[in-house]
Amino acid sequence: MSAANKEIGPPVIELGVMGWLRKNLFSNWYNSLLTIFGLYLLYILIPPLVNWIFLDANFVGSTRDDCTNEGACWIFIQQNIKLIFYGLYPTEELWRINFVYLILLISGVYLLIPNLKHKGWVGAFLLIIFPIICVVMLSGGLGLEAVETRLWGGLFLTLVIAGVGIVLSLPIGVMLALGRRSKLPVVSLLCTIFIEIWRGVPLITVLFMASNMFPLFMPEGVNFDKLIRALIGVMFFSAAYLAEVVRGGLQAMPKGQYEASQAVGLTYWRMMALVILPQSLKMVIPAIIGSFIAIFKDTTLVLVIGLFDFLGIIQFVGTNPDWLGFSHEGYVFAAAVFWVFCYAMSWYSQRLEKKLDTGR
Amino acid sequence: METDKSKIGNFIFNRSVQGVFYQLITLGLVALGIYYIVTNTARNMLERGLASGFHFLGVESQFDIGMTLIEYSPTSTYFDSFIVGLLNTLLVAGIGILFATIIGFTVGIMRLSSNWLIAKIAEAYVEILRNIPLLLQIFFWYFAVLRALPKPKQSLELYDSFFLNNRGLFIPDTVFGEGSSIIFYLLWLTIIISIGIFIWAKRRQNRTGERFPAFYVSTALILGTFFISLAATGFPVSFEYPELKGFNFKGGVKLIPELVALTFALAMYTASFIAEVVRGGIMAVSKGQTEAAKSVGLKQNLILRLIIIPQALRVIVPPLTNQYLNLTKNSSLAAAIAYPDLVLVFAGTALMQTGQAIEIIGMVMGVYLFLSLFTSVIMNLFNRFMKVDGER
Repeated sequence: MSAANKEIGPPVIELGVMGWLRKNLFSNWYNSLLTIFGLYLLYILIPPLVNWIFLDANFVGSTRDDCTNEGACWIFIQQNIKLIFYGLYPTEELWRINFVYLILLISGVYLLIPNLKHKGWVGAFLLIIFPIICVVMLSGGLGLEAVETRLWGGLFLTLVIAGVGIVLSLPIGVMLALGRRSKLPVVSLLCTIFIEIWRGVPLITVLFMASNMFPLFMPEGVNFDKLIRALIGVMFFSAAYLAEVVRGGLQAMPKGQYEASQAVGLTYWRMMALVILPQSLKMVIPAIIGSFIAIFKDTTLVLVIGLFDFLGIIQFVGTNPDWLGFSHEGYVFAAAVFWVFCYAMSWYSQRLEKKLDTGR
Repeated sequence: METDKSKIGNFIFNRSVQGVFYQLITLGLVALGIYYIVTNTARNMLERGLASGFHFLGVESQFDIGMTLIEYSPTSTYFDSFIVGLLNTLLVAGIGILFATIIGFTVGIMRLSSNWLIAKIAEAYVEILRNIPLLLQIFFWYFAVLRALPKPKQSLELYDSFFLNNRGLFIPDTVFGEGSSIIFYLLWLTIIISIGIFIWAKRRQNRTGERFPAFYVSTALILGTFFISLAATGFPVSFEYPELKGFNFKGGVKLIPELVALTFALAMYTASFIAEVVRGGIMAVSKGQTEAAKSVGLKQNLILRLIIIPQALRVIVPPLTNQYLNLTKNSSLAAAIAYPDLVLVFAGTALMQTGQAIEIIGMVMGVYLFLSLFTSVIMNLFNRFMKVDGER
């Protein structure tokens, strides 16, 4: 009986590639129709794109005249690569930026490799000492030549704004979230107003405000540079969004956690720092990284107040008379770079989510 | 001595006393900060010869705006320019929301398709579009696509009535002749009657358990009345088609390229987020609901309409309105491609001319704040209305 069953087995049509195709693409007539439509869509989109980006593209040369093929002219990117990555930063000082990148890369890789010791120290170094190194290395001091921030630009500036926004907005966001959940009505009201105002307006108006109104707020003689004004705007804006994310985590904590920590006699700050925040932040890590991705994408807006971030420089390079008419290449390149950064962040957050999943 | 000390201790360590103390400190700090900023600002404005106040709103603006929905000229006031900008913002947000909803729902449902290829295409759409900054997408559509289109003479056309070229998108205009107002009154009347039918059908179902095909009846009523009245009044509604005259198109409605690019980018970008909202909402309806509905003998289309969609909507609507709000706020990126929205016209040109930074930024932020507070009030009402008894 069982031997006979084994010999017959399921029909060929439900096995292997055929079975998969049948089940997933051609299960009934309208699914078959949809599949054909999808294939047609891919057919009209993918081959021309691949041809333009790779097969017919120009990779070698130094001027626009070398772009003889039909496809994209990547020489445009290649020739302007220094501007695109570093802005107008003096060429002989570029090693300073690269040095900072290198430190970041080494410590980042160290943190990503599982099962290494002293990760806490590396993290502390990144949070406390590294920012100081950055300020000294990038803007000058301690014997290094000063480089004005108006020369900063390109991907470098994007990373600076996003990095500062991300690092500074998280602690502010946590404090605002705690404040909003506070039992003290004045604190809670003030924090709520603060959060809702920043969340209610578009970033562009915040940047306009930062560039037009901050100078009016300051006493005479105090003059912030444009970059710092933009950074303050981005920081408050993203802090308000993070505050709401963190508040979600705080609200999701079971009440027993609060009561238990009060029962063992912890003060408010110890309870928050040792019991509540570690657990609730862990719960909202995906949402926090989502906010980071949003901050990263939003840094592009600084070009409206005249800072040349990555997108701003690409836009600027495209107006160079020597390279007119290559905006497609510029945008595709910028899109690819932004996409890689954002997708990497969201991929990392998914990985972290799986790893930290405590099975709740 | 002992008791005195413990009294003081009791006072210092009393929770509510501490609370009041902390709050006083916070208030004091905030008040100090505000005082500092206000005095600095007052002095700075005095030095720059700026008068505070909203008198400038009544002054002639002396600049023109590329696209206006109401009468506007350089002799109009700054307040008029504010209204023009506001209307342009609302226009782009309205069209953007419409298209974002259509694309977003389509893609979201595609992602749940049992067809592997369709699901993957939808996933690729979402993953690509939401990981690229919106501003870059706006630039792409505006500079790389619409600006690179052919001149009016070589326009891309559809059915001889839609024309797309580097001057913008030209679409037919509807012209309402005499007697067309009757059609609109009838249309409104039938819509009101249909709402009545729905309420009556619902009550009857609650009472007797019988279903009444309210949807089909009211659709037939509305469309039937519309077409019959159209025919009876001799088709007073006609279309005016754009025509090539010389180097440009005349007639029809002209949508400037900035508007087209902005709407397109906003709709495509927001749709990728809406798709995820829709997918999440449908997936949030537990499988037991479908199975239970099947076991009580509901047909497939009724399961979808009565069980899945109402429950999914409860999950979808709040984040969906949030996306609408995001789209509206993101429409302020218009400033980067010179579409005359609120930010560009008022916080840009008007601010540059008058220098009234605080008043102008305050008004612009106020508009967006009002929109978001208004939306959250509506959402709270919706949530209260939709709340199921006994749910956590």
